[in-house]
Amino acid sequence: MRHIISIRDLDRHEIDEILDQAQNLQALHYNPMALKGKLLGLLFFEPSTRTRMSFASAVARLGGQSISMDSVEASSMVKGETLADTIRVVSGYVDTIVLRHPKEGAARLASEFAQVPVINAGDGAGQHPSQTLLDLFTIRQSMPLRGINVGLLGDLRYGRTAHSLAHALSLYEATLHTISPKGLELPSGLAGELRDAGIEVIEHDDVKEVVQDLDVLYVTRIQRERFPDSASYFKVASSYRVTPELLTGVRDHLVVLHPLPRVDEIDPRVDRLPYARYFEQSANGIPVRMAMLLRVME
Amino acid sequence: MKEHRRGKERNEKDARQGLLISPIENGTVIDHITAGEALNVLRIIGITGTTQESISVATNVESGKIGYKDIVKIKNRELRKDEVDKIALIAPKASINIIRDYTVWEKKGVEIPSEVVGIVRCPNPGCISNTNEPIQSCFLVQAKGMRCVYCDWLISKDITSNII
Repeated sequence: MRHIISIRDLDRHEIDEILDQAQNLQALHYNPMALKGKLLGLLFFEPSTRTRMSFASAVARLGGQSISMDSVEASSMVKGETLADTIRVVSGYVDTIVLRHPKEGAARLASEFAQVPVINAGDGAGQHPSQTLLDLFTIRQSMPLRGINVGLLGDLRYGRTAHSLAHALSLYEATLHTISPKGLELPSGLAGELRDAGIEVIEHDDVKEVVQDLDVLYVTRIQRERFPDSASYFKVASSYRVTPELLTGVRDHLVVLHPLPRVDEIDPRVDRLPYARYFEQSANGIPVRMAMLLRVME
Repeated sequence: MKEHRRGKERNEKDARQGLLISPIENGTVIDHITAGEALNVLRIIGITGTTQESISVATNVESGKIGYKDIVKIKNRELRKDEVDKIALIAPKASINIIRDYTVWEKKGVEIPSEVVGIVRCPNPGCISNTNEPIQSCFLVQAKGMRCVYCDWLISKDITSNII
């Protein structure tokens, strides 16, 4: 039985295999009845639009079906049931579980108690492997992954997508340029780990210093609740905003990505520039999640 | 002559230490524990105020090998290897002597285990292992520290303060 819990569990060869399969799926080279008769359980203990809908869409496109909890309030969790028991019970209803949970490590725990494969769809500030795979897939549509210059902009302390992506890129000898407000820098432990893995991690105070040398600019949301008041948030957020002016003179093949939802960090005028790939990135969630489902369910 | 003098010094030292901690007939002596860690060692091997063993503890004893050390003697209980290896996290230089009839029957060092289960609490408050789920904390021992198998948190220092 195969689970997909963390990007750390996958080596470069396995990631390449999933991305290759996603590419075939996107080109419509697949059996639309591959998962006929299979049932996917969507257990989302936190709000989600994109991830939940794209997993439901992915399984339906492969001929399978999905069922989900209506809400946490309607589940037995409010009666005090442990996640372990919920997973044991739901294991009897479905063929694979997709789990989103507010606690870090919840998916790992679920994999210990489940009788069916578990896919992690985000556990607190922890891992979100399907997001990382679709980020890599989107980059790979424009350039080979090996040895690229990637700028990580925004909240790099709490942003789980940036952590997972940084880890995955370390397998492809990328150079990482980090640009974040004070107090929201990449955790030093993670930066050290990336350097130990042999890649260069360079901190910058201003995105202007480095934007013209980048192949990829990965933007993450700066959360308002991290700041004591609105004034200090707007002051910081405005200096990390991506605008058409900022992107003047960048490399032609630059790809601007964002895991969405965005708030103010990307000017809507950027949407019309050829660099903006975040909506394609979101749509790429379908073939990537189809590839993940086939990997564990077929 | 020199040999005789060294032997005499050793006997005097043993006699002095004998006042601190008396020999046991059967059981385990844990020697060369990092000074100040004796009580944590007992916690790790599960000997607390509620258990029945008769224990002697000496702390900050002079040691030629490691400067100062702690010693623990546990009467009538022989610790197994998997039990003693757990203490390597905080007392990597400890030596374990199994005593039978006042004689050292077996002497062994401690080795850091590859996995540490149920001994250390994950310092990450958001980790699922800090909830009411029916699991024990679990860490993989790596070159840079111990990594929580659930949330990936790395503990690289001050392991003692996270002992359950």
